[in-house]
Amino acid sequence: MRAAAFFAMGGYARYVWPCFGLAASILLWNVWSARRHHAQARMRVLRAVAMAGSEQS
Amino acid sequence: MWTWFYRLASPPYVYRLAAAFAPWLLGLAVLAMLYGLIDGLVFAPPDYQQGDAFRMAYVHVPAATVSVMAYTLMAVASGIGLIWRIKVGHAVAAAAAPIGASFTVLTLVTGSLWGRPMWGTYWAWDPRLTSELILLFLYFGVMSLRAAFEDPTRGDRAAALLAVVGFVDVPIIHFSVQWWNSLHQGATVLKFAKPSMAPVMLWPLLAMLLGFTLFFGAVLCMRLRGEVLNRERQANWVREAVKA
Repeated sequence: MRAAAFFAMGGYARYVWPCFGLAASILLWNVWSARRHHAQARMRVLRAVAMAGSEQS
Repeated sequence: MWTWFYRLASPPYVYRLAAAFAPWLLGLAVLAMLYGLIDGLVFAPPDYQQGDAFRMAYVHVPAATVSVMAYTLMAVASGIGLIWRIKVGHAVAAAAAPIGASFTVLTLVTGSLWGRPMWGTYWAWDPRLTSELILLFLYFGVMSLRAAFEDPTRGDRAAALLAVVGFVDVPIIHFSVQWWNSLHQGATVLKFAKPSMAPVMLWPLLAMLLGFTLFFGAVLCMRLRGEVLNRERQANWVREAVKA
């Protein structure tokens, strides 16, 4: 019963939970997107290094 | 002290510094947010006027704070890039923009979800809400202006100029609830008098504020690393750094 009361949020569940859910998604998006941004930049440099290496040999 | 400050203008130093800081900031952010979440959702009592709906403050207030903090940092970094022609300044500004924009979206949507049960509407053209929406458009403007130029240096300068000029919106957001009749409630935490909130409700809010701020620092460091690599890809140190 206590768990049910917790999830009901005093009748505001349909506002409170989407609010926290969206917050979680935006935080996760930030981590994912920052990591991807760095990984892509790194790959670009690695490709350029590989190209330069193959031109020299 | 000043030599340390000057080193912040060096891309390889900033790249390494960001790598060292990011995991600590992220770890501490998660701890602070976990505490804030449990204390705020489970242990804080319902508000006497707003019931359990007030719990939305635990994400709305920190998100709004970060949305304004990120803009302030972006404007300062842009100013440093414009005035002293420090490239790292533009890199910080470019890294802060998408993060700030995402927190502005979070602020607007959570505010909307809170507004519906409390004010009876998802949206009103209220000074606080409108100035926060303008903040979102400023972020989008800064980001698209930077991307619109073939020459990245010119894109940086144009975006920086808009970021600096657009800073005028930040005090408007902050004081909007005092200057005009607003639906939005006034300041609760950031004011000179004692915060008008009971400690049992205030502590989780402060924890969430700290958690969101540390989180912003962490993702800024992570994004800044990608930004520095993109900008310095011709430099020799980058070729060494990516191999590691």
